[in-house]
Amino acid sequence: MPKTLFDKLWEQHVVEPETEEAPAVLYIDLHLIHEVTSPQAFTVLKERGLNVRRPDLTIGTLDHSTPTLPPDQNGKLPYISAQAEKQVHTLIENCAAHDVELFGLDDPRRGIVHVIGPELGLTQPGKTIVCGDSHTSTHGAFGALAFGIGTTEVGHVLATQCVLQRKPKTMRIQFDGVLPKGSSAKDMALAFIAHIGADGGQGYAIEFAGEAVRTLSMEGRMTLCNMSIEAGARSGMVAPDETTFSWLRGRDYAPNDNDWEAAVADWRSLCTDDGAVFDSEVQIDVSDLRPMITFGVSPDAAISVDSPMPMGEDEAARLANEYMQFEGGQPFTTARVDRVFIGSCTNSRLSDLREAANIMRGRRVRDGVTALVVPGSEAVRKAAEAENLHEIFLAAGAQWRLPGCSMCIGMNGDQGQPGELVISTSNRNFKGRQGKGVRTVLASPATAAASAVAGHIADPRQFMDQEV
Amino acid sequence: MSFEPFAVITSNTIVLAQNNIDTDQIIPARFLTTTSKDGLGKSVFYDWRYDAQGNLRPDSVLDAVPAQTHKILVAGANFGCGSSREHAPWALSDFGFRVVISSDIADIFKSNALKNGLLPVEIDDATHAALLATPGQQVTVDLETQTVVYGENQQASFTVEPFARRCLLDGVDPLGHLLNQMDNIQQYESARP
Repeated sequence: MPKTLFDKLWEQHVVEPETEEAPAVLYIDLHLIHEVTSPQAFTVLKERGLNVRRPDLTIGTLDHSTPTLPPDQNGKLPYISAQAEKQVHTLIENCAAHDVELFGLDDPRRGIVHVIGPELGLTQPGKTIVCGDSHTSTHGAFGALAFGIGTTEVGHVLATQCVLQRKPKTMRIQFDGVLPKGSSAKDMALAFIAHIGADGGQGYAIEFAGEAVRTLSMEGRMTLCNMSIEAGARSGMVAPDETTFSWLRGRDYAPNDNDWEAAVADWRSLCTDDGAVFDSEVQIDVSDLRPMITFGVSPDAAISVDSPMPMGEDEAARLANEYMQFEGGQPFTTARVDRVFIGSCTNSRLSDLREAANIMRGRRVRDGVTALVVPGSEAVRKAAEAENLHEIFLAAGAQWRLPGCSMCIGMNGDQGQPGELVISTSNRNFKGRQGKGVRTVLASPATAAASAVAGHIADPRQFMDQEV
Repeated sequence: MSFEPFAVITSNTIVLAQNNIDTDQIIPARFLTTTSKDGLGKSVFYDWRYDAQGNLRPDSVLDAVPAQTHKILVAGANFGCGSSREHAPWALSDFGFRVVISSDIADIFKSNALKNGLLPVEIDDATHAALLATPGQQVTVDLETQTVVYGENQQASFTVEPFARRCLLDGVDPLGHLLNQMDNIQQYESARP
């Protein structure tokens, strides 16, 4: 019987199949941990006298509570609070106590968990990957089954290398056509979320397919899979292909040259068979996809940037307009921007920074706009600096920060002020997500950079056609 | 945090009718630097309950009635969407809630809630609408029979994933269940390349 990619990944990892009475016991190949959702799990281990069963399959990094500003003269990092610092040190201690490899504060491999997994080659086709973080779906870009779990489940995986899971339904989202210049994977992500709704993917494992997905870079595929959870789906995946294999080759944790051909041969079988049936199918044509932005307080409230602001037909839309201070019928270019954030596990990779730099090159961030560019990892920072992207950002008047989650979640103090309008390349426009009373507009790196330069929400295409 | 076995809860409701109440609303990220599960109840829905000076808003729906008599939260569709933070059910439980009712509850939140003695109940749209329309009413949620009784003996049924239901009713420990599978897990590992 023809199988979907998801079916294959699932079947390969079932230790005990699900029954009416109990969920399946699913084996986990890679467990990524960070400081925010792991301390209480380690406490449970301690209380029950358990050890980390497979420290070799567990990797820690520091990203959420870590400052993105450099240490002071005494080498002290500017933590938002003593509690944040304690949380960071708790992970350092827990990893040391349990022999878990941690990419700590001074480690050149440190970065946002969903950036470093792929860039180190830890993320590979065919793996099951979990992390106490909903954007774990990112790793599905490599043809892995990757999903976010809660802290109790982090404890389960630490202790047993398994999770209890009911098999989700399957959904295929087919992107047809050729993506026009000026539009990116972020715009595809916002388009599909708007199409199926913030809960449209709930209970499903999504596979992204079609010509427009095949032609995406790995970074683009990661952006797309990253936002699966914003439609309620815990996992999103793309079948691996030559793009995947060539991206992975030579990375630290990827199979070495001796094992490479065998690994690739295995990975090639990870695709949906012809005739396999999905529980749900969605088709989206991207031929006319224009740069997208969000206009409300849920990621499915997305529209193309050159549309007028929606009128607020129902109560929810009216309240969203009220919160966002958007007036129905007006162009988005009338919305003055206070702050721009380029970063997060959605859009902080080298290609994202290049996309933003291409627009900022030779231009200035508008007076009164604060722009933060936060690379996703130390490796991204180094690579960006090697090609002088940081000089472009700094010359434009933007800030070039140290890697971390930063303003996506605002836990480390990188936040907006009440009432500010923030154009953000992150993944959530929830009320107050980026600081109390902050109004968040989600967009691609190009749209964010264009808005920083224009001082209002801007269509990046107008900056792409003119050289400075 | 230990929880009492769940059987039948009869309590009054608090209604938050908005759709898509995300986990950043339930517990804002700035409260996540904790390394404990305890004490998050005071920060639940913080930005809805407190003004910029940190004073309780007089119109706070969650503080208008005693938590001891209002243990059932009725919320709009897609409740708990967003992040995987288990701090959300920890905070709701610590505040005093035992049940969350909606037409549609986000997956990770649902899974997290079930592991913390907070029962997520997904019910049909008509019942949902009726519960949203009458805040404060007394509702009985019976996990054994998987029924909700409200109003003048109106009844609706719901289903909870059977294993999670047994865990809540009988105090079965999911980690213990996994640890009991250790032979199978080792066998699986040794059979892999």
